[in-house]
Amino acid sequence: MEEINYLLFQSALGITFTAAAAYLVFFVSQNNKIRKLARMILLVSGVVQTLYIGSRFVLAGHTPITSQHEAVAFFAWATTWAYLSFRWRYTVKNFGTFVSILIFCQLLIASFSQRDFSPLVPALQSAWLPVHAGVSIIAYGFLSLAFCGGLMYLLQERELKSKKFGYFFARFPSLDALDQLNNHCLTAGFVFLTLGIVTGSIWARQAWGTYWQWDPKETWSLITWFLYLVQLHQRFTVGWRGKRAAVMAIVGFAAVIFTLWGVPYLLGGVHSYAK
Amino acid sequence: MPSDKIMLLGVNHKTTPVEIREKIALADGYEQPLAAMKNITGLREYYLLSTCNRVELLLVTEAGNSVKDAIVDFLFGDTVTREESSQYLYILHDREAVHHLFMVAASLDSMVVGEAQILGQLKQAYRHAAHFGCTGPLLNKLIHKSFSVAKRVRTETAIGSHAVSISYAAVQLAKKIFGNLSDKKVLLIGAGEMAELAAEHLVGQGVGSVTVANRTLARAVALAQRFNGSAVSMEELVAQLKHVDIIISSTGATEIILRKDAVKSVMRARMNRPLFFIDIAVPRDLDPGLNELENVYLYDIDDLSNVVQINKSERDKEAVKAARIVDEETLKFERWFNGLAVTPTIQALKKKMDEIGQLELDRTLARMPDMTDSERENLARMVAAITTKILHDPLMFLKSESCAGRDNSDLKVTTVRELFGLENKKDEQ
Repeated sequence: MEEINYLLFQSALGITFTAAAAYLVFFVSQNNKIRKLARMILLVSGVVQTLYIGSRFVLAGHTPITSQHEAVAFFAWATTWAYLSFRWRYTVKNFGTFVSILIFCQLLIASFSQRDFSPLVPALQSAWLPVHAGVSIIAYGFLSLAFCGGLMYLLQERELKSKKFGYFFARFPSLDALDQLNNHCLTAGFVFLTLGIVTGSIWARQAWGTYWQWDPKETWSLITWFLYLVQLHQRFTVGWRGKRAAVMAIVGFAAVIFTLWGVPYLLGGVHSYAK
Repeated sequence: MPSDKIMLLGVNHKTTPVEIREKIALADGYEQPLAAMKNITGLREYYLLSTCNRVELLLVTEAGNSVKDAIVDFLFGDTVTREESSQYLYILHDREAVHHLFMVAASLDSMVVGEAQILGQLKQAYRHAAHFGCTGPLLNKLIHKSFSVAKRVRTETAIGSHAVSISYAAVQLAKKIFGNLSDKKVLLIGAGEMAELAAEHLVGQGVGSVTVANRTLARAVALAQRFNGSAVSMEELVAQLKHVDIIISSTGATEIILRKDAVKSVMRARMNRPLFFIDIAVPRDLDPGLNELENVYLYDIDDLSNVVQINKSERDKEAVKAARIVDEETLKFERWFNGLAVTPTIQALKKKMDEIGQLELDRTLARMPDMTDSERENLARMVAAITTKILHDPLMFLKSESCAGRDNSDLKVTTVRELFGLENKKDEQ
């Protein structure tokens, strides 16, 4: 079973690499047949990643989200399915290229981390674990899409403003499409992020008797949450959009990454991954 | 080569000045000229294309029967002498004619290379010709082939996707900023011709509404009516910026008419929804500093010309690719056309029959190892006799003299080829 589990991860990594490569070929050639192929491969990757997480759940006996490897693999899974669910609703030209590369990077990072199974510490033995950690990482999935969209917006806007049309100009979607994409992903991500913080707070109350204890990860989650709150509020009230929104999506994502990796290693606290 | 000749005669914007072209432009539709051409002897199939940039006739003529003079007379009538006409008219035969037709269909011979309009005109011209029964098997095949060549060029090259005029460039940029233009509003400042043209293109792309601001309100009202829009005075300019998205300015003013500060304050009221300014006036109407504002994009006439230049060089690269496709398809058609001749068809038919006979003979003999040599010979002779007898009638049919004075050998060749499945083999090569 452990071999199967190992193989599932390796194949998810390989398939995602193929998908990203196919998307890159599409990006260069703009051949629609290749895009369809790339999309199919990414879908297969999503299924294999789901199987991997499922098999790990069976082997570990709890939601596999407690080690560095597990959290990042789950992050990749969330990004994949956030994109696929999104893609199902509407298309943004060449967005898949950026997202598939990001997913591959996430899986690559996960592949370098320690993949051992470790028993669950007593504090985490709760039904709240999948809810709290799962919802939070799904939020990260959507926020990483907003990050990709923001990056594309900045590249495209620079070409339009400077009037120098490079390689990306024809291949990128309109600014409006990218801005809407940002808005949708941020809204979805923010809702999940809020749910993640609320469920965590309830769990903390049950486990430690207090809703909030200023654990470093809690603090940083709150900072991240505020960054996105400001962004959404400003868009709603004074129309922060376009470049400013794109920059905010990137800054917000940096905070997400720091909360996910920086905090457990640099600052410690109750959220640290099992070693 | 089959007995028929393909011939293409025509004048276009490159060879012929408009004064001559308008004398032969067949303004009153296709019916009358197509009917008139029925009287020209020696024409087997024909078709006529008439657009504002070209008049072209594609003919299938009987061998040895020169229809050139009759056609030239028909085209130019009494207005131009034969000698004079020869300096404008291009006459192409067979391979060159096919090549030219494909070039036209793929929009490589157009005034604006890559524009898609010509294919629609070609299809329409063909519909008329087919409707009047002017086309036959050869032209049907050839013209349909030209449609598929055009489609191939369009899908395999990006020849049609580059905006090569100022107004198209403006539309292209607007699409990159706004995506969907259907709910966007256009404001024309000044009523210049170029601004009008750009507005026309934007309306063609489905923008929501057009507003016109002009010094003389009467002119603004007149122009606004053309686009079903409204007219405003110049004093309302800044107030209008709250509602519109694309601004095309082309006034004769010597001063800047819209300053950065004015637009900056409007952006707050617009909740930062993007504004796209197109300044095609010389001297410029709009403050160049506008481009520094967030969510504001300003393009002046030089910027747009640059876009056009870039697009032109891109398009020229694609045109080379497209010309290669046309060459390739011409070659394929030529091969098919040559196959139409009677002699190669007879050879191909005999070869196919002999092959089938030999194959079956070999199989049978392999199963009967005990046969004597004379038995084998008898069997081989029998197979040969059967194939020859089967072939007798089809060959007579192919070689038969034309009936009722009309040579229809290409029709017969096509029939035989299809019946015996010789067609597919040819295409695979």
